[in-house]
Amino acid sequence: MTTTIAGADTSADARRRPGGLRRERIGHLLQHHGALMVLAVTVVVGAVAFDSFATPQNAANIVVSSSFLAIVAIGMTFVIISGGIDLSVGSSFVLAGVLAAYGSRYGLLVALLLPLAVCGAIGLVQGLIVARTGMAPFIVTLAGLLGMRGLMLAVSGEGANTYLVQNDAFSALGQTSILGLTVPVWITLGLVLLGGVLLQRTSFGQNVYAIGGSEEAAVLMGVPVTRVKVVVYLISGSLAGLAGALNAARLSSGVTILGAGMELDVIAAVVIGGTLLTGGAGGLTGTMAGVLLLGVIQSLINQIGVLTSSFQQVVSGAFLALVVVMQRILHRAQRLS
Amino acid sequence: MATAVLEARGISKGFPGVLALDDVSFRLDAGQVHALVGENGAGKSTLIKVLTGVYRPDRGTLLQGGEPVTFDNPLAAQRAGISTIYQEVNLVPQMSLAHNLLLGREPRTRLGVIDMTQLYAEAERVMTRYGIRTDVRRPLRSLGMGTQQMVALARAVSIEARVVIMDEPTSALEPREVDTLFGVIADLRTQGISLIYVSHRLDELYRICDRVTVLRDGRVAHTGPLDKLPRVDLVALMLGRDPAEIRREGATKFSGEHTTAANGPLVEARSLSRRPDLRDVSVQVRPGEVVGLGGLLGAGRSETAKAIAGALPVDGGTVLVAGQEVRRGSPAAAIRAGVSLVPEDRKVEGIVPTLSVRDNIALAALPQLSRSGVVSDARVDRIVDTFMRRLRIKAASPHQKVAELSGGNQQKVLLARSLATGAKVLLLDEPTRGIDVGAKAEVQALIDELAAEGLGVLLISSDLEELVEGADRVVVLRDGAVAGELSGDQVTEQAIMATIAATGETDG
Repeated sequence: MTTTIAGADTSADARRRPGGLRRERIGHLLQHHGALMVLAVTVVVGAVAFDSFATPQNAANIVVSSSFLAIVAIGMTFVIISGGIDLSVGSSFVLAGVLAAYGSRYGLLVALLLPLAVCGAIGLVQGLIVARTGMAPFIVTLAGLLGMRGLMLAVSGEGANTYLVQNDAFSALGQTSILGLTVPVWITLGLVLLGGVLLQRTSFGQNVYAIGGSEEAAVLMGVPVTRVKVVVYLISGSLAGLAGALNAARLSSGVTILGAGMELDVIAAVVIGGTLLTGGAGGLTGTMAGVLLLGVIQSLINQIGVLTSSFQQVVSGAFLALVVVMQRILHRAQRLS
Repeated sequence: MATAVLEARGISKGFPGVLALDDVSFRLDAGQVHALVGENGAGKSTLIKVLTGVYRPDRGTLLQGGEPVTFDNPLAAQRAGISTIYQEVNLVPQMSLAHNLLLGREPRTRLGVIDMTQLYAEAERVMTRYGIRTDVRRPLRSLGMGTQQMVALARAVSIEARVVIMDEPTSALEPREVDTLFGVIADLRTQGISLIYVSHRLDELYRICDRVTVLRDGRVAHTGPLDKLPRVDLVALMLGRDPAEIRREGATKFSGEHTTAANGPLVEARSLSRRPDLRDVSVQVRPGEVVGLGGLLGAGRSETAKAIAGALPVDGGTVLVAGQEVRRGSPAAAIRAGVSLVPEDRKVEGIVPTLSVRDNIALAALPQLSRSGVVSDARVDRIVDTFMRRLRIKAASPHQKVAELSGGNQQKVLLARSLATGAKVLLLDEPTRGIDVGAKAEVQALIDELAAEGLGVLLISSDLEELVEGADRVVVLRDGAVAGELSGDQVTEQAIMATIAATGETDG
């Protein structure tokens, strides 16, 4: 085809409504970088208000304690962009910690690979069920949550046995600092980079967006929907397992209570980061901003002192509500324009 | 004769209770633009779904280039070069134009990751050939419908489609966008790409299609070159009438004329507009009168009824009941004013199948039957009893579930619901579709009775006979505007078809 058909300049859409394009850009900016902007403002306000807030030590604390949430949130971002949800990650995280501590008596490799394999396998099974049967991810992963919680209780003897990490090399993995940051932080950074490339620059990543945006269209466009969905849940399960194992290394024990209910914090961080719960839009930069924002809020509340840390959840909840309302408004504005 | 690009031979496809396609044959040649037309339930969409691998035919064969083929799923058909462009489900609205266009075929860098610069450049290059100059990084949903459709078309062609099926492609487009689309279609045809074009806009069909196949009740009613087929004949074929053989047989139960009181209109719609469905539609119904709304599928009949009932937001126009303006876009206000809609798809928009006959009838009237929010059971029973007897609803008891009733009785339950609200005007959208012959006659007789009692009735029907015999006047719609109004002796099947088929010269 060589002829150009005249008169179809669709930027006319924008010309008809002066300011339409600008509004679209602002909407785009808020959607993708809103969390980052709020994070920056919060940090500045915190630094002005509290002397002990903007110290390298505090910054490192926030980053170190956020890194485990961050690793799980990477997987969750994939799942949510694909239009799904993974409620099993909190249970997965705890189970992985117990398995890692238990496995550490057999050496570093077992301590790392046992939780990865078990959590990855459960993620895979969940993915297969979701993708093959078309059952709601909410229900499938809720079953996973309950099942893995039970499994963890069974392994730890109803929580009576606390396995201590019996391998120095494994403990070192969670505790050694390189350039002032612990190994898990560096692993997180590496995974974010890897995940970013996977999501933005590969067919797999584009397929994840396409499925979340419109599964029906994705099928028609030739996307291998089943395979992509299975891989997405596999990633989420494996990363939750890895995070749980690293956490056990940091604490030198498989703690059976820490991390239960973590799935909700993870989902909150992802959504605050601008990823739509309906799927099809979002990204890892936003998710990381969301994770850090939750960490900064926690730290600020600790600084205030008079408030107990329970208030962190109140503030996080308020943020989440705000973000969801904002997204609704942005969505409507884009519809109208 | 050269081999057909795509051919269907003796295709039959049934669903529980209906035979959607009955021995249908269809032939598409290279570079042909083939119109596929027919009214609701004619089997168009089933045929398309068979051609594109969504359904497997019960009988018959598909041939592509003379070779028998079977498609297990839409993807297999697409791989074989058959692309369908549906209204909106083809692409992912949140993704950018470029990603949509090139998904699965993204240009790579040497490292194997997607090359964004190349991706955008390539997308821009492709879209320019389709006359689209826009920022290809913008999410698809922020672009106009015309652009979106063009992206779908460009994608289909770029994945080596030999056959493109377009389902009502122009229904959401501006006239200028339609021109662009037709330019592209003309171009595609010179490349030997064949198109199946589904539309009800006669002007468009005659502008770009070579051949036409008319489906009616799951069978091929006609197939042949389009330019030799007069418009009136095409309309007649679509509506299931042989223009040469129309006789007034009086097969319906309508008694004909009603004595219309000489007073003013009971309900009056003035210049209802809603882009792109309705343009300046005005209709009046006087007490005791049955006014028919005629036209092809997609002409705006249901939309007009919904707009009058407040169930469809409009851009402009007013509705007056007994001279009083009704608040726009409020079904509750319309019901209070005495306007009641009995929608076309009674299963989806009408009855609540899990509720009893009694509850279904009382549903809309509850506000009138309750005092400060408390419903009086005795009053409900009385009303339900009255209407069940008056409309001769056959149910084991008022407590039987509506889902267990026959189609005709379900329709009567809906009529009873409207009457229970104290309706003065009934808007009936295809009231006799899908119900058996006996029940049909009963419903028709009932409509007559209600009009005789002084109600105003707006009757939508694709059954021309029903329209001609039931209505005192017929307002004919075409492409969302009033194409003409017929009354008295003018109300004949020929006149209605001629009005539908007339070229839109008088339109603005």
